[in-house]
Amino acid sequence: MSDFTADNGPAKGDAKSSLFHETTRTKRRNAAEARFKAYGIAAIATGLFFLVALLVAILGNGLPAFKQTFVTIPVELTEAKLDKNGNRNPEDLAKVSTFGYKPVVTDALVAALKAESIEIPFAKEKDVEDILSASVAAQVRDTVLANPELIGETVDFRLLASSRVDGYFKGRVTREALARDKNLDAEHLDIADAMVAAGLMKTTFNADFIFGADASESRPEQAGIGVSMVGSLFMMIVVLALALPIGVAASIYLEEFAPQNKWTDLIEVNISNLAAVPSIVFGILGLAVFIQIAHLPQSAPLVGGLVLTLMTLPTIIISTRASLKAVPPSIRDAALGVGASKMQSVFHHVLPLAMPGILTGTIIGLAQALGETAPLLLIGMVGFIASNMPDGIASGFIDPNSAMPAQIYEWAKRADPAYYERAWGGIIILLVFLMTMNIIAVLLRRRFERRW
Amino acid sequence: MPLLWLFILILALGLLGFILGRTRALKDAHGDIRLLHSLPNYYGSNVLLAVLIPGLAVLLLWLILQPMLIQGQVSSMIPNTAYTDKGSLNLVMSDVRRVAEGLDIAVEQGSLTREQARDIRTELTDIRARLGAVGVALGSNVESYVLKAAQKYRTMNAVGNWMMTVAVLGAALAGFAVSMLRTNKDMRARNSVEKVILGLLIGAASIAILTTLGIVLSLIFNTIEFFKLYPALDFFFGTTWSPSFGGGSELGILPLFWGTLYVSIIALLVAVPIGLFAAIYLSEYAGPKVRAIAKPLLEVLAGIPTIVYGLFALLTVGPMLMTVFGSDGGLGWMQGGRSVMTAGLVMGVMLIPFVSSLSDDIINAVPQAMRDGSLGLGATKSETVRQVVLPAALPGIVGAILLAASRAIGETMIVVLGAGAAAKLNLNPFEAMTTVTTRIVSQLTGDADFASAEALVAFALGMTLFVITLCLNIFALVIVRKYREQYD
Repeated sequence: MSDFTADNGPAKGDAKSSLFHETTRTKRRNAAEARFKAYGIAAIATGLFFLVALLVAILGNGLPAFKQTFVTIPVELTEAKLDKNGNRNPEDLAKVSTFGYKPVVTDALVAALKAESIEIPFAKEKDVEDILSASVAAQVRDTVLANPELIGETVDFRLLASSRVDGYFKGRVTREALARDKNLDAEHLDIADAMVAAGLMKTTFNADFIFGADASESRPEQAGIGVSMVGSLFMMIVVLALALPIGVAASIYLEEFAPQNKWTDLIEVNISNLAAVPSIVFGILGLAVFIQIAHLPQSAPLVGGLVLTLMTLPTIIISTRASLKAVPPSIRDAALGVGASKMQSVFHHVLPLAMPGILTGTIIGLAQALGETAPLLLIGMVGFIASNMPDGIASGFIDPNSAMPAQIYEWAKRADPAYYERAWGGIIILLVFLMTMNIIAVLLRRRFERRW
Repeated sequence: MPLLWLFILILALGLLGFILGRTRALKDAHGDIRLLHSLPNYYGSNVLLAVLIPGLAVLLLWLILQPMLIQGQVSSMIPNTAYTDKGSLNLVMSDVRRVAEGLDIAVEQGSLTREQARDIRTELTDIRARLGAVGVALGSNVESYVLKAAQKYRTMNAVGNWMMTVAVLGAALAGFAVSMLRTNKDMRARNSVEKVILGLLIGAASIAILTTLGIVLSLIFNTIEFFKLYPALDFFFGTTWSPSFGGGSELGILPLFWGTLYVSIIALLVAVPIGLFAAIYLSEYAGPKVRAIAKPLLEVLAGIPTIVYGLFALLTVGPMLMTVFGSDGGLGWMQGGRSVMTAGLVMGVMLIPFVSSLSDDIINAVPQAMRDGSLGLGATKSETVRQVVLPAALPGIVGAILLAASRAIGETMIVVLGAGAAAKLNLNPFEAMTTVTTRIVSQLTGDADFASAEALVAFALGMTLFVITLCLNIFALVIVRKYREQYD
C-alpha cells in the first residue's frame, strides 16, 4: 500500500508519464513482477530437478542389481570324494558337507582355466577360487543331493561369481581399490577378464535377485528380494482384508447414519489426528499391544499387517467419505421414496455408486502401506535374514519374514557396498509396484468416475 | 486344527440357520411373500446372525481369557526361588510353554504316549534329549518344577479347549433355537437385522478411538514404568544421552530434541520457500496446461516412500556434500556423509509437495473478488499476491507449515539413514546428530525385554513425540478451519 502514498507516487503533472513511456517506477514494478514470476518458475524447476535427480540416482545405481556375473564351467562330480561308499545312499551323501564340495568346485575351475590355457599367477592354484562366490559349494551340493545319479559324471554348472568380480564388471570395483582388499587380488581380475574372453564368464540378467532369498552379510551376490516380497504380499492381504471392510463400514456410519453429537465429533477428531500421527508411533503401539500384551509372534507379517491396517484406516476412511458424499442425495431420496429402508438405500444404491472412488482410495492407501518402513522396524521385521520362503499360507502369516522396504533398509545398513546396489535395485522393484498400483487407481478413476 | 474346525462348524450352523429360518418364515406365510413383514432373506439372516454373534463372541472371549487364567494358575506353581522379578518369571514361563509344546509334538509323533507325557519325571528321563529327538531344541536342561508346570499347563489347556468347544457350540445352538422359535411371518426381521448391522458400523467407526486409546495407554503405562526407573527431571533436562545396557546410562532428551529441531528447521528452510513459490506460481501464473503437468509431477515426490529418501540421503546426497564440505578436498567442515544437513536437505525435498499442495488449496480458496479489486486499482500481479492474496491466506499457510513441521519431527527413515547416531548439542549443521525418532528405533529394534530403563526410554521418547506432533496438528487444524470459515 505504501507505494501509492509515497512521495514518488504517481508522478504529478509529469508529462512524460504515459502508457508509452515507462517511468523508472513502472520499470521497477515491472522488474519486480518479472522477478517474482521467475522465483515461482525457479521453485517449480527446483522441485522437478530433485525429482529427476532422485530418479537418476535410483535407476543409475539400481539397474546393475538386475544383472549378475556368472561362471559357467563343467564340474566333475567325482565319486571318490562325494560318495565314498558308492551306494548313493541319501544319508551318506548328506554327510559330505559343503566343505567336502569346495575342492571339487575349485578343481573344476582350475581345470577349466587350464583347458582354456589361462595362466594362474598364484603360488597355490587353489587361491583362484576367490573368483567364485562362497555359495557355489552349497549350490553344487544341493544339486547333487537332489539328483544323486549325477555323481560320477561331468555336469555344466552356472555358478555365481564373487561380488567383487561382479562389481568389477559393473564398474564398482577397481584394481586400485583391490590393493587394500583382502578378499580378492588384481590378478583375479586378470583371470576374470581372460575368462570373459574365453566365454567362461558372462554378466546376464539375474532372476534370482527378484525371486530369490536374502543371503548372509558376506555374500551380497546371492541376495534377492523375493522372500520379503512374499512377506509384503501377506501383509497387504491382512491390510486389505481388515482395512477395506472396517474403513468402509466406519465411513458409512459417519457419513450416512451418525447423529450430530459429541461421540461423532470425537470420532471425527480422532480420525483426522490419526492421519497425522507419525508412523513410528504406530510401531510403538504395535509393539506394546500386539507383541507385549497379545503375545503375537515377532517379525510376523500378521503383526505388520495389523499395524499397517491401523495406519491406513484414516486414509481409507477419508477417501471413502469423500466418495460417499459425492453421491447426490436424490439417489437416496428416490430409494427411500419407493419404500427402501435407510439401510437398504445405502447398501443397495449409494455404496455401489461410490465403489470406484472407494477402491481408488483403498489402492492409494495400500500403496502407502506397502512403502512404509518405520513401524516395521519396531516390530522386528529387520535384523534377521529372510532366507526361506514360507511353507504355506498359515506360515506365511505367522512365521518371521521381512518386507520389501524393511529388506531395503537392512541392505542399506550392511557394510559391503555391493549391498547398496541391491538396496537401490530393491527400490526399483518397490517403485514399480507402487507405480502400478497408482496407475491402476488413476485408470479406475478415469474409467468409472461419474460426475453428477 | 480344532480351532479352525470349530470356526467352520459355527459357520456351517449359521448357513443352515439361514436356510431353515427363511423356509420357516415362508412356510408360516403359506408361501405368500406378501404376508411377510420383511423380505424372506431377512428371516434367514436373522437366524444366521443369532448363531454367529453369540458363538463368535464366546469363542473370542474364551481365547483371550483362557491363556490369562492358565498363566496365573501355572505361574503360581513356580517356586519363588526360581525367579527374581517379573521379567525372569516371563522367561521361566516361556520355558514352560516350550516344554509343553514339545510334549504335545512328542505325543503327536508317537514317541511318547499320552500317559508317559503326563507322568514323565525329570529324575528318571532326560527330557531335553527326548524333546530334541522330535525337533524341539531347549536351551537348558529341564528343571523338575518346569516340567510339572508344563504338565499342568497341558492338562489345563486340554480341559480348557474341551470346555471351550462345548461353550461355543452351546451358545451358537441356543442362539439358533431362540431365533428359530421366534421366526414367524409377523416378526420384524429386517429391523432386527438392520439394528445389528448398524451396531457393526458403529463398532467399525469406534476403532479410530480405540487406536488412539491404544496409543495413549501403551505410551503412558510404559512411560510411567520408565519414570519409576529413571527420574523424569533428568530425562527432560539432561544434556547427555549415553545409554548403556550395562547400567549407568544417562538419558537426557535435550540433545535428541535439538537434533530433531535442527533437522526440521533445515528441512523447512528448504521446503517452505520452494513449496510456497511453487504453489503461488501454479495457482496465480501457470496456465492450465503447465498446471496439469507440473502439479502431478511435484506430487510424485510425496508418493515416494521415505525409505527411498533415506537411501538417497545416505548414498547420494551425503557423499555429494562430502566432496564440497568434506575434509579431503573440500572445506573440511564435514566428518562423514551423515549429518544434519544431509538429512535436512532430503527431508526438505520430501516436504516440498506437502507444503505446495496445501498452500495451493488455501490460495485457491481466497475469493477472486479480492484479486479483482486489487488488480482493478492498478496493482501488478505480484503486488496483488504479496499484498492481498498472501495476507488473506496467511493463517492457512501457517497451518500448512505447522503440519509440515509435525511431519518433519515425526519422520523416521530419512534421519535413521541420513542424520547419524551421535547425540550432540552442537551448532555445526555438517555435524552428525541424532533425533528422537532415530533413538526410538535403536532402543527398541529387535528387543523384547521391556524391563530396563534403556528400552523403556523409547516409550517416553515416543510419548514426547506424540504430544508434540499432536499439539502441532491440532493447532494447525484449528487455524486452517478458522480461516476457512471466513470466506465460505
